[in-house]
Amino acid sequence: MSPAPTENPPTPTLSEYRRREQSITLDPVEEQLEGIDGAETSEELLTLNFGPHHPATHGVLRLLVTLQGEIVRDVKPIVGYVHTGIEKTAEDKSYWKVIPIVERMDYLAYYFNAMAFCGAVETLMEVEVPGRAQYLRVIHLELNRIASHLIWLGTSALDLGASSIFLYCLRERELILDLFEMSSGARMHTRYFQVGGVIEDIPTGFASKLREFLTIMPKRADEYGAILNSNEIVLQRLRGTCPLDAETLLGLGVTGPLLRAAGNPWDLRKAAPYSSYEDFEFKIPVGTVGDNYDRFAVRLAEIYESVKIVAQALDGLPEGPHMTADRKVALPPRHELATSMEALIHHFKLVTEGFRAPPGEVYHPIESPRGELGCYVRSDGSSKPARVHMRDPSFVNLQALAPMARGSYIADMIATTAMLDPILGGIDR
Amino acid sequence: MPDATGLELLAKELGEATLETVYFRNRATIIVDPAQIRAVLATLRAHGYTFLASLHGVDHYPEEPRLGVVYELLDMSRVDRIAVKLRVSLDAPQVESVTADWPTANHQEREVYDMFGVVFTGHPDLRRILMPEDYEGHPQRRDFPIGGEPVIFTRDETKWLEARSE
Repeated sequence: MSPAPTENPPTPTLSEYRRREQSITLDPVEEQLEGIDGAETSEELLTLNFGPHHPATHGVLRLLVTLQGEIVRDVKPIVGYVHTGIEKTAEDKSYWKVIPIVERMDYLAYYFNAMAFCGAVETLMEVEVPGRAQYLRVIHLELNRIASHLIWLGTSALDLGASSIFLYCLRERELILDLFEMSSGARMHTRYFQVGGVIEDIPTGFASKLREFLTIMPKRADEYGAILNSNEIVLQRLRGTCPLDAETLLGLGVTGPLLRAAGNPWDLRKAAPYSSYEDFEFKIPVGTVGDNYDRFAVRLAEIYESVKIVAQALDGLPEGPHMTADRKVALPPRHELATSMEALIHHFKLVTEGFRAPPGEVYHPIESPRGELGCYVRSDGSSKPARVHMRDPSFVNLQALAPMARGSYIADMIATTAMLDPILGGIDR
Repeated sequence: MPDATGLELLAKELGEATLETVYFRNRATIIVDPAQIRAVLATLRAHGYTFLASLHGVDHYPEEPRLGVVYELLDMSRVDRIAVKLRVSLDAPQVESVTADWPTANHQEREVYDMFGVVFTGHPDLRRILMPEDYEGHPQRRDFPIGGEPVIFTRDETKWLEARSE
């Protein structure tokens, strides 16, 4: 029986948005099938919705995956589920009140968000940051980098089926969070960095506890390496899967460990040092082929380098103030409030109105655990920023997922998502 | 950053396309004619600025033309940055997409479209990226109020839908 011709289409038409969301772009199939055994088993395409609530997406990331059998033909990342309008909110707050909200963007690298923003405002205000503050910043940034990489390593290993390493990684992360708690009182989103320096000097006992951590961490990192590098399943799932060359990565704007895994040693800490990074000796780990194993190995090696930087910063920690003496941007010390009228006025002005920044635009890029984290701040001369934009590396790097995963098995796409290390708080902001 | 002289030399080479140069806090910005953005970026790429680090929008409310798009270019071998900026008005917010030359611009142009309403002509897939597909307005504009969005609870979902369909 032939279907009767109908004047109206029987199914409701999809909105233009949905239609394009579900549309797929296929590369020539022969080209993709090359080098994959048994890929020709199925000709039928299947569109699979993956996430947003799926443990392997590392947050609320939704992927529309087009499959041919088990081979990924196309991936469309759909983001925005945790968009909280942080950039919009920042325009309604005075400069120093923006720090705690931008910290919540990339929630594993909160010190980096604060550093990018504070650095941008310091450039705008031409504030000189004292040496001790710069070193203290480096100590906290690198500890945060280790903590961020530990979460990445733990959750990625979990995706690959190695569940015990997750607990080991969180064990070491606790030590770092304890240190953060000592220096600032908070374990996450510490608000430790201020425009002009850091809010408080490190307390007594911090240095010895940090040294203890610095002796523990490399040994533990050795253990992670020993566990994972001798795990045949992990190796098979990482080695040679989903490589992407440096040229394509650069075109896609990818920076950080992903680019370094492909052999390009671009690192802003070396290329354009900020906050005294030029004082420290460290190496930039690079990969060779840019597959998932290189991405894993580069990040694991970065943990050791970060430990080295923290040790050097702690040894060479200069004496002096931890905050700029410029009372136009920095709160006066508490004890002065009772004795100095001027300090009281400055305190009142800063707390109620905040400081005014000269009109202009700045862009301050730093190297976050995931790549170039740039903060663009436009000032219109008032005490609130007219525009704050974070160039979040997760957001830009996510575009590389489709080129990486196309033509691979769906299981390798999971490993690639893990090695991409996307933080959805940073992507959606 | 190119120094102030270097910036002027680059601006001179771009010729007609340059509208203004700004040198502020060691940051070199060239404000260019929106119609020639692709040619400008291609010229700068030939000068070694081969990496598009960031593309973002900015609203100059109440000044005109209001909407701005900033392209942060980076030369990785000389470690040199330059910003290219263009401004378009709300009445004709069309800018040519640079996604074909710089694949990284894809998501970032979608974000600028979503947040500011700048329409990138020639973009392969210009849809909202962060806000829901049926969202009205462009929230990052300066005259878009904070809290300008109704909070939809399950209990008044039908009421809200009725109000929308009217």
